[in-house]
Amino acid sequence: MNEMLIIMKSELLITIIIFLLLFIKLGKGMTNDSLLILVQFLMLLNFIAGFFFNLPGNLFDGMYHTGPLIAFQKNILNLGVYLISLLFADWFRKSEHLTEFFILLLSALLGMFLMISSGNLLMFFLSLELATIPVAALANFDLDKKKSSEAAMKFILSSAFSSGILLFGISMVYGATGTLSFELLPAQLNGNPLQVLAFVFLFAAFAFKLSIVPFHLWTADVYEGSPVAVTAFLSVISKGSVSFIFLTALYKVFQPMNELWYNMVMILSIATMITGNLFALRQQNIKRFLAFSSIAQLGFILVGISSNALEGTSSVVYFVLIYVFSNLAAFGVTSVISSRVGKENIDEYRGLYQTNPFLCWVMALALFSLAGIPPTAGFFGKLFLLTAGASKANYTFIIIAALNMILSLYYYLKVIRAMFMEKNEKPIEKIRLYPSVKLGMVICAIGIILTGLLSWVFDYIQSLH
Amino acid sequence: MNLLLLILIPLFTAIAVLLMRNPQHIKWVALTGATTQFITALWLLLAYQNERAAGNHFQMLFEQRYNLFTSWHISFHLGVDGISTAMILLTAFVVIAGVLVSWKMTKMTKEFYFLLILLSLGAYGFFISLDLFILFFFLEIAVIPKYLLIGIWGSGNKEYSANKLALMLMGGSALVLVGLLGLYFNSPERTFDLIRLSEIGISTETQKICFPLLFIGFGVFTALFPFHTWVPDGHSSAPTAGSMFLAGISMKLGGYGCLRVATYLMPAGAKEYANIIIVLSSIAILYGAFTTLMQKDLKYMNAYSSVSHCGFVLLGISMLTKTSMTGAVMQMISHGLMTALFFAVIGMIYERTHTRQINEMSGLLKVMPFISTIFFIVGFCSLGLPGLSGFVAEMTIFMGSWEHPDAFHRIATIVACLSIVVTAVYILRAIGKTAMGPLKEGYANLTDASWNEKLAAVILVAGIIAIGCAPFWLNNLVGPDTQLIMQKILLTQ
Repeated sequence: MNEMLIIMKSELLITIIIFLLLFIKLGKGMTNDSLLILVQFLMLLNFIAGFFFNLPGNLFDGMYHTGPLIAFQKNILNLGVYLISLLFADWFRKSEHLTEFFILLLSALLGMFLMISSGNLLMFFLSLELATIPVAALANFDLDKKKSSEAAMKFILSSAFSSGILLFGISMVYGATGTLSFELLPAQLNGNPLQVLAFVFLFAAFAFKLSIVPFHLWTADVYEGSPVAVTAFLSVISKGSVSFIFLTALYKVFQPMNELWYNMVMILSIATMITGNLFALRQQNIKRFLAFSSIAQLGFILVGISSNALEGTSSVVYFVLIYVFSNLAAFGVTSVISSRVGKENIDEYRGLYQTNPFLCWVMALALFSLAGIPPTAGFFGKLFLLTAGASKANYTFIIIAALNMILSLYYYLKVIRAMFMEKNEKPIEKIRLYPSVKLGMVICAIGIILTGLLSWVFDYIQSLH
Repeated sequence: MNLLLLILIPLFTAIAVLLMRNPQHIKWVALTGATTQFITALWLLLAYQNERAAGNHFQMLFEQRYNLFTSWHISFHLGVDGISTAMILLTAFVVIAGVLVSWKMTKMTKEFYFLLILLSLGAYGFFISLDLFILFFFLEIAVIPKYLLIGIWGSGNKEYSANKLALMLMGGSALVLVGLLGLYFNSPERTFDLIRLSEIGISTETQKICFPLLFIGFGVFTALFPFHTWVPDGHSSAPTAGSMFLAGISMKLGGYGCLRVATYLMPAGAKEYANIIIVLSSIAILYGAFTTLMQKDLKYMNAYSSVSHCGFVLLGISMLTKTSMTGAVMQMISHGLMTALFFAVIGMIYERTHTRQINEMSGLLKVMPFISTIFFIVGFCSLGLPGLSGFVAEMTIFMGSWEHPDAFHRIATIVACLSIVVTAVYILRAIGKTAMGPLKEGYANLTDASWNEKLAAVILVAGIIAIGCAPFWLNNLVGPDTQLIMQKILLTQ
């Protein structure tokens, strides 16, 4: 019993926080400001607690399993949620139902934790649903905006569709092999047509969740309509968690079908990078822009996934860690500007450097990191994904990926050019940042610079494997 | 001599600049940093020569190694040989002159100096790293400063130029990256270490794939035809110090990479593709010279002549003789000093006359004797007057190229030689139009160079004359290492 408490401690901690918030809501309630401080504090504690007592173990007949790498992955997500609670204070303060917002957010996080830890396809499905449905409610949180409801509707419909595909795939897996356990499945896989079909369905469901081309069509609308905090959660935390379990699924469960999935990953990766980049080129709305750029980043993650288990896993986990810092910083700046002055167009960012140099430097660091330019950590992240991908010696693939970096640099530079170089008669006025937002941005900036330069971070991740 | 100093001094200068508030203090901090770096570079030269004189025959001196990213076998491996010592010296010269020239900068002083120093940090790191991953890191680190320097402080069509430069250089680095990964995964052991890779050797098939990737990738940086188009736009839009750094240092990163990484590691590849590169660089030399002939803007003129002069570097490398390679290194140094001085002088003239059009100026010698004299010196250096560095470098390359007895190499050499005539035409015309002739109306009150400009010019001129009058020390410094590269080439069949 005690052992179970420790093994499941990350999930239990989140559950405790959820209940605490629920009691606060049932009682007298709190003002947004104090609630926000409480949540930030709790998430910080939760993040720190994530470093201790990470025992490996199996529970419930292998339904749930954890280990040092999984604990680290969960802690990356914890860090992300902590940063979200800091960075989007502007929007949180104005929000009417903040307690519910965090309850839903943390429920989704709980679902993700269980998903990363799942050792069985059924468990995976259940936790995936737990991770998805609250997010649909979150997407609807700008209650007075029509677009927000539209985003929620689109999200829930496409999620339901992909869940259907996933369940269909799972049932076929069961029919073809007679088991759903991750441990037992590999031995049963012999590559007969039914299994291949089942795998393709599972793969499609993953592709939906990761918004990999051609299953990406819901992404931009949902990102644009949702509140920025939710967009950030979707594009960083949700994508990160699904890519973690995707690693497990490919490397552990479907390893016998390696040749099959290598080709699928490669083709979809190329398609995703190119589509994401080409669409991002033309976006004017910064949220849509970041949405398409994050699709392209997912394509890059697939480059790393196409490698072998050790290098693929560590480079993807490392990249997601860096991605948390960079993308959240970019969304943080976007959120401050959109909730204070209501401007979301890249053109309206012109001349921002004259009035808000701090915001500009944070944004520039974030975008350079996303583009993969040193000394930011994104350089190391992208380089290691490419290095991992190159271990299969498929040079066409790597050259296409490297050329895509140029394409992505072009549109990231567009934003930087608007902020730093272009003249504007009436730039956005000086914004006084809340302390928590500033703290969040400083953490992100430090993370962007140091995660790469401190080389032991990567070595540590690799040692967890 | 601790090589880490070369990275740490700019790093701390950059941090100090960030912490300062008063623009006046920032300038002095930047100048102090650059001077310290300059002294360190001179010290490095002395220490290096002492070591060699004492009979130290290791290929690389002052080596240091710290393990980074152990799982990828990447280490922070530093060391210098004669070639890199010379390049570091060049960087130090250009950096101190660049800081001095931009003394009057008033727009966002802090950011300007921070980016300049970051750019120099990239160059220093690049020249001393012996690990290809670290080398690539330092190559790329300069992208942000270059882009912002041109885009914020530039003139003319600056956003376009900044974008073009950043994207083309990024394209070059993408090719370099793929080439490096090819080396990493196809060598008998997974390593990025330059020395180790050259010891264990790389199979001929791999060389045939990776050599063009690396050479073209680095070639983009050093204006390899037809990838030179970023040079004119980038250089002419950049602020004075930015152009100096771009032409004086950044373009040399490419030349150094072509020599040290591509040619040294892959001699068989170099032999295989030498003829193609000779053709391309001959085209660049002649095409660059003729295009320069048509330019009316002083900065464009110098930018196109850089294409032509950097063609000599690539020609020297691809001729694959010891003399021509030594000449290529000398040309890098010479061109770095010369073109930095050229841009500095153009900046000084522009600051006073507010025009860069050759036709709009005349008689500057009467009001600005110092600036005009420097202009003469640098012009003569560019057209290859004996006694100045340009002559020494180009002559060495021609001598090296002529060692090949066959018609192809001879024709390429002759074609390259022809460009000197064209160079003389445009240089003499530009100097004659601007400095000589009657003084233009309204120019009577123009002032001559201020102390900082004089100092910057004197430092660079000293370098040019030192090489021009006493080329043997540079030859002795670089020669043994080009000899090593040549030996590897001769050993491959």
